[in-house]
Amino acid sequence: MHRYLPHTEADEKLMLESIGAQSIDDLFNDIPENLRLNRKLDLPEPMSEMELVSHMKDLSTANKSIDELVCFLGAGAYDHYIPSIVKHLAMRSEFYTAYTPYQPEISQGTLQAIFEYQTMICNLTGMDVSNASMYDGATACVEAAMMAVESTRRDSVVVSSTVHPEVREVLKSYMKFRDVKVIEVDMADGVTDWEKLKALMGKDIAGVIIQNPNFFGIIEDLTDIEKIVHENKSLLISYVDPISLGIIKSPSEYGADIVIGEGQSLGNSLNYGGPYLGFLATTSKLMRKMPGRIVGQSNDVDGKRAFVLTLQAREQHIRRYKATSNICSNQGLNALIAAIYMITMGKKGLREVAVQSTQKAHYALEQLTKTGKFKPLFNKPFFKEFAITGSVESKKVNSELLKHNILGGYELEKDYPELKNSLLLCVTEKRTKKQIDKLAEVMEVI
Amino acid sequence: MKDYNKLIFEISKEGRIAYSLPPCDVDEKELNTLIPDSFLRSEDVDLPEVSEVDVVRHFTNISNKNYGVDTGFYPLGSCTMKYNPKINEDMANLSGFSNLHPYQPEDTVQGALELMYHLDQMLSEITGMERVSLQPAAGAHGELAGLMIIKAYHESRGDNKRNKIIVPDSAHGTNPASAAVAGFEIIEIESDKNGAVDLDKLKEVLNDEIAGLMLTNPSTLGLFEKNIKEIADLVHEAGGLLYYDGANTNAIMGIARPGDMGFDVIHLNLHKTFSTPHGGGGPGSGPIGVRKDLVKFLPVPVVEKQGDKYVLDYDRPESIGKIKSFYGHFGVAIKAYSYILSMGAEGLKKVSEKAVLNANYVMNKLKDHYYLPIDQVCKHEFVLGGLINKENNISTLDVAKRLLDYGYHPPTVYFPLIVSEAIMIEPTETESKETLDGFIDTMIKIAQEADENPELLKSAPHNTPVRRIDEAKAARNLILKWEKNK
Repeated sequence: MHRYLPHTEADEKLMLESIGAQSIDDLFNDIPENLRLNRKLDLPEPMSEMELVSHMKDLSTANKSIDELVCFLGAGAYDHYIPSIVKHLAMRSEFYTAYTPYQPEISQGTLQAIFEYQTMICNLTGMDVSNASMYDGATACVEAAMMAVESTRRDSVVVSSTVHPEVREVLKSYMKFRDVKVIEVDMADGVTDWEKLKALMGKDIAGVIIQNPNFFGIIEDLTDIEKIVHENKSLLISYVDPISLGIIKSPSEYGADIVIGEGQSLGNSLNYGGPYLGFLATTSKLMRKMPGRIVGQSNDVDGKRAFVLTLQAREQHIRRYKATSNICSNQGLNALIAAIYMITMGKKGLREVAVQSTQKAHYALEQLTKTGKFKPLFNKPFFKEFAITGSVESKKVNSELLKHNILGGYELEKDYPELKNSLLLCVTEKRTKKQIDKLAEVMEVI
Repeated sequence: MKDYNKLIFEISKEGRIAYSLPPCDVDEKELNTLIPDSFLRSEDVDLPEVSEVDVVRHFTNISNKNYGVDTGFYPLGSCTMKYNPKINEDMANLSGFSNLHPYQPEDTVQGALELMYHLDQMLSEITGMERVSLQPAAGAHGELAGLMIIKAYHESRGDNKRNKIIVPDSAHGTNPASAAVAGFEIIEIESDKNGAVDLDKLKEVLNDEIAGLMLTNPSTLGLFEKNIKEIADLVHEAGGLLYYDGANTNAIMGIARPGDMGFDVIHLNLHKTFSTPHGGGGPGSGPIGVRKDLVKFLPVPVVEKQGDKYVLDYDRPESIGKIKSFYGHFGVAIKAYSYILSMGAEGLKKVSEKAVLNANYVMNKLKDHYYLPIDQVCKHEFVLGGLINKENNISTLDVAKRLLDYGYHPPTVYFPLIVSEAIMIEPTETESKETLDGFIDTMIKIAQEADENPELLKSAPHNTPVRRIDEAKAARNLILKWEKNK
């Protein structure tokens, strides 16, 4: 017997009799003999719960988590505070052991939570509609680019080199298979070079993807870019950090047509890179080109308010190869977590997280550049991340910091070979003055 | 509390908060001296203002209007709604896993990399493939990555005209959709009367423009594709590759392996076969496995072992590239890894045996009351074609909705498309004989109700939090977010 398998020998016997089979093997007679494995799988012996816990603790303690390290690393995955209730509520098994809400009468919990998530993503971005989530920020970017291609019937997209390097890579992997050209536009002093962008624009450009705050944490001025993009009848796709929207203008205010981003920082643990969630919001005009699930409000036969998956004619289970995307499972639980986080932080809390991150990041830059050993790489307004440069190799800085249990910055040279000895540091509301001072102190003597 | 009918926005009250943060301990400056006014918003984001108790009660109340595997029997065909062990959640929540930043130095994440490396090895052994990548986020994402590999394979041989993928008409909707996203043209072939691949029809469409064939085995009818070896030979002789949709792997673990059947590229759904929860629609995880000569095309990075050290290998010039940020759904992989360790080789084989036993038991008990189009031994699931007695025009939808009144999650309905009024039942192995008997009795009772009191079914459900929903209205009069005064 195994704890997850309830069949007693007597049950099995009765069931086989009822089927009219002699043995379990009879039920597998349809598998040709030459295809049978006929040996035991080569796997470790089964573990009891105690053995499993002990094994997993050994593995997990072979890692050094940000519980032990002071984290100044960001670059697309962020160490923001997660209120206790987020996990308690998301881990209610009525939510996490349910399937996709295809039977709406018994899925109103999931459906309503997604409806509330969609509402808050719209309020955050200023857009008209949001879907129920994408796999992550990078694949949301791919889907946004495809929306632009489909709706403009053009075959190229422009992406700024200040967009997260992994997002650009994922975009290129996908577009190669769709015969869509991806053109990168250079940067100037850490922001998208709008003059170069202007020179690139033509009848073939479906959309332009700008990250804001960009990969270097800098807030891009999109006034000129918006004009250039829309005069060319292309779509403006804005990739944003949802926490930044606590203080920074919503993308709709600067004319974005599609807003996407990585939603991890909305209450999701870092989890060594996943599962996270991508969000995608757009205008009413582009709604029917949107990929993925969408929840709508209706009522039941008694007139009671009820929620249901809607506009399903866009999706793969109905349209098959003509669907707007192949996405089926999305990030339901992560979207629920994001919704609980946004509600818990609320109007004032989200602003305070953004303000404290800004204040602390600016304090950190000030402390780190005080003596001139390090200087800011760019001179542009930034949110919670900034790049510094100095005479010491980034790798060396990071390994010295690690000796003091500090998780240092992202080494920019990996993706921008010209940016030598440069680190991208992130400071969230979780960092204290003492931790920042310690960082500056250690870095000063490297 | 099923009558709770408030949106969080409707209980919001100006001034309330549900969070706490320590005071800012650095010298604060005027915000607009740090970030110019032109970049700042003039009003706070319109988010709810509620207390902590409000949030807790709200989500507890709406969760009560949901049905999960922990609530009861969930025989949703093709979705493998088995029990999701609690210990797996605890393991994924160990701080040494859940609090790792994806860009930490490799030296500080050796335990995580070791886990990924071993899971790759275990899944490779279970499926008979050479290597497995944990990158894809879900089944459909795995299909897409697998199809990208198939394309990369043909192109690497200078075979550039293979732009078509064959998909049987019984396939999951994601199969053709993924093939389209990977830039292929789709050739759909009709299944034979048993829902299997029609070899003659396959031969007709095979030529030098075919990149591959996508198949699940057991088929979506829950039947083992007996001619699989012949199908594989035909596709390979024509120069194509065979893709395995792993949605139905729960029937064959430790018994037969897709690699041995001749499949070249596969995906698995960790959120089906390997017990990780569905989360109300994700996160899933759709690892892909490949045969030896295709390993070089796997997405980057690949976890490798160099001496005693585990590393993330990006130096793979023929890779299809990156297909998502970071390294896949690590948090989900931990749960699947814990599950495999809990089961072991014997346990996984028992899983498939009991899954098949349960399906055949229910099938045999229901076939006198519901139409069974193909009466032969099934694997982990089977498909009925609605009620035998069609006199009262009771549809499969009516039967499904009536099941809700009796406290069951209905089976998958109207899929596969090749069976009219399809009811696809997958009990899974974690259900006891008592649970199955209860379900069987209820299904038979519903069949009797259909004869005696059809109206009861047509107007079902009667005692769910909400009753049948006007879906047409939802699509016509779109309300996709809450707005004040609307």
